Amino acid sequence: MTQRKDYEIPQDCRYARTDEWIRSEGESVRLGISDYAQSELSDVVYVDLPAVGRALTAGESFGVVESVKAVSDLIAPVTGEVSEVNLELEEHPEWINEDPYGRGWILCLRSLAGPDATDLLSPDAYRKFVEERSGS
Amino acid sequence: MTGILKTPLWERHREAGARLVEFAGFDMPVLYTSIVAEHRAVRAAAGIFDVSHMGEIRLRGPGAFAVAQRLFTRDLGKLSEGRVLYGLLCRADGGIVDDVTLARTGPDDLLFCVNAANADSDLAWIRSVWNDHARPCELLDESAATALLAVQGPGARAIVDPLLADPGFAPRRWHCVQTQLEGVPVLLSRTGYTGEDGYEIYLSADHAVAAWDLLLASGGGGLTPAGLGARDTLRTEMAFPLYGHELSLAQNPIEAGLDRFVDFGAGFIGEEALCRVRDAGPAERLVGLAIESRQVARSGYAIESEETVGKVTSGTFGPSVQRSIAIGYVQDRFSEAGTRLAVRIREKSVGCTVVPTPFFDRSRRPAGIPTDTTNSRAP
Repeated sequence: MTQRKDYEIPQDCRYARTDEWIRSEGESVRLGISDYAQSELSDVVYVDLPAVGRALTAGESFGVVESVKAVSDLIAPVTGEVSEVNLELEEHPEWINEDPYGRGWILCLRSLAGPDATDLLSPDAYRKFVEERSGS
Repeated sequence: MTGILKTPLWERHREAGARLVEFAGFDMPVLYTSIVAEHRAVRAAAGIFDVSHMGEIRLRGPGAFAVAQRLFTRDLGKLSEGRVLYGLLCRADGGIVDDVTLARTGPDDLLFCVNAANADSDLAWIRSVWNDHARPCELLDESAATALLAVQGPGARAIVDPLLADPGFAPRRWHCVQTQLEGVPVLLSRTGYTGEDGYEIYLSADHAVAAWDLLLASGGGGLTPAGLGARDTLRTEMAFPLYGHELSLAQNPIEAGLDRFVDFGAGFIGEEALCRVRDAGPAERLVGLAIESRQVARSGYAIESEETVGKVTSGTFGPSVQRSIAIGYVQDRFSEAGTRLAVRIREKSVGCTVVPTPFFDRSRRPAGIPTDTTNSRAP
């Protein structure tokens, strides 16, 4: 049995099964990767960010997060257009580890289809999903 | 999971919340908290690694030297009692069976420390040479009964030495001594795989937990448990080879840049083949690459000039050098330091330059941390 870890899963976000979170901010959504995802990757050293203005379709791989030991695809949980990217991650990729729901945000999408259009998990459902995978 | 092996410290790793992964058949800690934090702890203070998965194979008796000299690329005339040498085991064609250390622990007592992934094939190879020999000695596989702890970093000696039965007789670099750690018999070897000063401590598997606890209690906040992840970033910054990445049966020590660990004239298996490679010049060479991006050039990625000229064998983001670094084989004519090349990372060409190794320069260590310029593990 692995030791149970208490992952932070904020109530104001919804979660993709590929471990991205989104938070509604008026017309747009902010996106990052979850505490569980950053913990699994550990030691993020590089984030490949898309250009502002790029249109993403839900389910599309739009970049990567790279850690010392692994590379992970970033998957768009909703359809939308990139309205802002966190350029500070180029200098401080470790913010994804330190503060995945705050300073470690990745980008904002102006949602075209609305966040309800895809299959996203509530915080409680996501916690269950994480626990199933981490074997606790 | 059936069949997966555990070191005597497996419970300790699990209790510490380590992330465990299968490595060479063992369930091993890859990290406890963070690879980067553990790496930095070793460079700045000290870290403790459980490397009990590694194999220990002993030759003992009057014929031990003759058998070992056939197997090992170093001149055993240099192996005075209490010395440790780094070298290779090669096939007749010069292909590398393993890279190992050989410690002389008594007049006719030789201990190979071998890679865990190769422990079985090494034993078979050593046995075949041993069988062919006219004056057999004892051949003992002590791997399962032996635990191995590496205490590495500028603070390592200050933690270990006070626990020794005779602290004044701590071994010099590349030497070992039979002593006691608070009453526990150990073979204390001043060697390592991190580029830092420190010890590798061989002891009975039965005493491993007590020694681990003792060292951590003595080290206090100055000794950090470190996993295989940090071990890999530390050795990559030093450009120390890892079998299965830089070294294999298809590679020889000359290509791998390990010429100085090959003593021609010593009489080891593979010497004639290596002589020919040395004289003709190798077709490819192992080089260090500085990558012009933070992206990691991982094992297997293509190295390109106009076309593919080689392959990455290891790569990481170096926590101490703060840049993306890689090691790989390239065709000989592209191996000169300063040569501009590229690495193919996810369908994109990322520029890189051939640079001298090691990547990590101890003399650039921040002020206030003791340095020791004689301190270099092999490669």
